[in-house]
Amino acid sequence: MARITAGVATSHVPAIGAALDNGKSGEPYWAPVFAGYEFSKKWISEQKPDVVILVYNDHATAFSLDMVPTFAIGCAEEFQPADEGWGPRPVPVVKGHPQLASHIAQSVIQDDFDLTIVNKMDVDHGLTVPLSLLFGQPEAWPCLVIPLAVNVVLYPPPSGRRCYELGRALRRAVESFDQELNVQVWGTGGMSHQLQGPRAGLINKAFDNDFLDRIVDSPEELSRVPHIDYVREAGSEGIELVMWLIMRGALNDDVTQRHRFYHVPASNTAVGHLVLENS
Amino acid sequence: MALKKPYQDIPGTTIFDADMARIGYHLNQFCMSLMKAENRERFKADERACLDEWPMTEDQKQAVLQRDYNRMMSLGGNIYFLAKIFSSDGISFQAAASTMTGMTEKEYAQMMINGGRAPEGNRARGEGSDHG
Repeated sequence: MARITAGVATSHVPAIGAALDNGKSGEPYWAPVFAGYEFSKKWISEQKPDVVILVYNDHATAFSLDMVPTFAIGCAEEFQPADEGWGPRPVPVVKGHPQLASHIAQSVIQDDFDLTIVNKMDVDHGLTVPLSLLFGQPEAWPCLVIPLAVNVVLYPPPSGRRCYELGRALRRAVESFDQELNVQVWGTGGMSHQLQGPRAGLINKAFDNDFLDRIVDSPEELSRVPHIDYVREAGSEGIELVMWLIMRGALNDDVTQRHRFYHVPASNTAVGHLVLENS
Repeated sequence: MALKKPYQDIPGTTIFDADMARIGYHLNQFCMSLMKAENRERFKADERACLDEWPMTEDQKQAVLQRDYNRMMSLGGNIYFLAKIFSSDGISFQAAASTMTGMTEKEYAQMMINGGRAPEGNRARGEGSDHG
């Protein structure tokens, strides 16, 4: 039986990927960001997940305004790193797990979550920056990845509650897959940031740290925080944090926090990172 | 009955909701076209001619030509789509964001290093700040 063993939450700031790709990770501006992931890189090399279900959002890359699925699961054999306007990131092709992805789709749709099934999709920094942060710069990614794209660009995104419940449905889906697999669920995006308008640059350390506390210890209550609180307190793009609740819902009620990191800034954004294991 | 939009009192912020997406559809789809290298080259060669291929309003076209990102957003542009324009210009997200704030790029970068823009006074218009 497949089982979910751990969850990872991390920001996915594109400038972090660019810093790594351009050999700037040792510079004074970036070194503290990458230092926050040293524990996690060692940890994941010991955990050796077979599959990561990677919850992220597409940033007007694979999905233009022609189609905006609220939840989309990637069922393809592989996903190419996207050209987001300055050429694709020099990172390995992302290999999927079509059999598990299709199983999850069938399971959660019957569990009332109407996922869109995607068989052809390029993946942008939202998905590849977290892989780089945890795995560095390998020739090939050391695990298979199932992309789970969430719309947080066109308002309204799904509610925190809906995301949390989807996480629970994911757990039921994975646990009914008849193959021995070590599966992790990652929630990405956030933390507080606003990329637009005269209020750009908003950072709310108190909100972020409270979120980091509550997603570990009281996720049920946290999942009921309405959209407006995220937008008002954590910035128009801080709403990405609802994606972390999918990760949390997929874990047990009781988890062990192995690592927590928070840093300001990376470009326009506060960086947050958690490593959680099922207790 | 109209939908509630409680986010409309947040200062300096345009929420890209379905109504804005409808207004900005062609502007945003034009931006998507800049993800192809050949379209970026065509745009650099003659911006006006490229814009005229899209059924955008004259206001939208002028906002693009002037790189007035706040104006583009007020006309339905979304920041992740508009990012294709400043990426084509070879400008970073941080530099582009600074142009929306009235700060210089250097002042904005320093504000971020200092911990970013504080939420106090920026949550809602009339919160007790002159920012709204």
